[in-house]
Amino acid sequence: MRTASLIALALAVGNAAAADVHVAVAANFAAPAKSLAAIFEKQSGHQTVLSTGSTGKFYAQITTGAPFDVLLSADTETPGRLETEKLAVVGQRFTYALGKLVLWSPGTMVDGRGDVLRSQAFRRLSIANPRLAPYGAAAQQVMEQLGIWNSSQGRLVLGENIAQAYQFVSTGNAELGFIAYSQIRDPGKATSGSFWLVPQALYAPIRQDAALLARARDNQAAHRFLAFLRSASAREVIQAFGYDLP
Amino acid sequence: MAAVWLTLRLAAVATFLLLLSGTPLAWWLARTRSRLKGPVGAIVALPLVLPPTVLGFYLLVTMGPSGPVGMATQSIGLGLLPFTFAGLVVGSVFYSLPFVVQPLQAAFEAVGDRPIEAAATLRAGPWDRFFTVVVPLARQGFVGAAVLGFAHTIGEFGVVLMIGGNIPGATRVLSVALYDHVEALDYVNAHILAGGMLVFSFVVLLAVYGRARLPSPER
Repeated sequence: MRTASLIALALAVGNAAAADVHVAVAANFAAPAKSLAAIFEKQSGHQTVLSTGSTGKFYAQITTGAPFDVLLSADTETPGRLETEKLAVVGQRFTYALGKLVLWSPGTMVDGRGDVLRSQAFRRLSIANPRLAPYGAAAQQVMEQLGIWNSSQGRLVLGENIAQAYQFVSTGNAELGFIAYSQIRDPGKATSGSFWLVPQALYAPIRQDAALLARARDNQAAHRFLAFLRSASAREVIQAFGYDLP
Repeated sequence: MAAVWLTLRLAAVATFLLLLSGTPLAWWLARTRSRLKGPVGAIVALPLVLPPTVLGFYLLVTMGPSGPVGMATQSIGLGLLPFTFAGLVVGSVFYSLPFVVQPLQAAFEAVGDRPIEAAATLRAGPWDRFFTVVVPLARQGFVGAAVLGFAHTIGEFGVVLMIGGNIPGATRVLSVALYDHVEALDYVNAHILAGGMLVFSFVVLLAVYGRARLPSPER
């Protein structure tokens, strides 16, 4: 089945010029996606168009026919749901990154073991909304594991996504926050501020899945982009931005 | 339901402060021949044009610990404004300013010089002239400004999202709660809130535009 479709694709590609691939990218993966797109464009000659936003919003847009070819989701549920609704091509889904959670402060507030959380010596702690964002749900799990979820309620501020959780901290309005490691990790540069890379044992893995959307079933550029995402060179970039890989 | 009450409280406080500060500002804009009239009018109108998230982001930065407003509020012991109800009030006042100032300014301009001069010849002082002559004549302007300021604050989203932090009971207003439901794909609750806001907004606007058609008894 898959070989047949690959052959059909190869035939279709024969007379197709370099095509575009529209990629919907979860907010936390914005920076690596930009780097990856640049490399992919150079290698393949295809053009990429990146849209960043929240996975929930992309889901709503895709169900109403948004012109995306590939979804780089922040979770596994959304691509799974798109598959069952026949909006994503079954069998093309894979985990392109495992997100890592950090507790971060632009100053020197955060120690290497997260003791600042237990001491509760802070006024505002920023997290992404656990109801909406996988990184927010992970932050909640960590705080529950540490037994401080209930006692911290009055001090929590919720960003609508992980980018806003970061913004609350970076503008100094919250002293510290749980964010994605990728947000403070700039390959080749020292990480600013102080942070605690939360041990994986404290939260369920943040698996981020990629999906080929139904409208791109025959889009050669989209297929090549997904293949590129699995390549050794792409994996190197993804890791350099502070993600793990399955 | 906490979100409904919070939103109404926010809109009421913001509208009150807007009428208080917008009235002298609109009066000045309507009467002045100063060269500053253009720039000030433009600044008042800015929130009509700027994306609310831009306004919200600048408020977040200026009210933050290293921003000028944030340093001032901290030095007088108020602490920081973002993520508080007071912070939302400040944001809403900026956001809804043109919706209050512009109808008032238009109403004051429509009053014109003659009734005021007539009152002056009858030895009415400036305050007397304003409250017994201008305010009754500009009544429709006050009603329109109050209703629009209130309604616009109810519908505020971008600014609140940026400076609110989504805290139940303190900063999670209706529009943010609605957004939450949509993002979480809870479309049932989203429809309830969205439908409610739609009906409310329609009724408010109907009240404003329906009234505006009525001939004013003074004219």
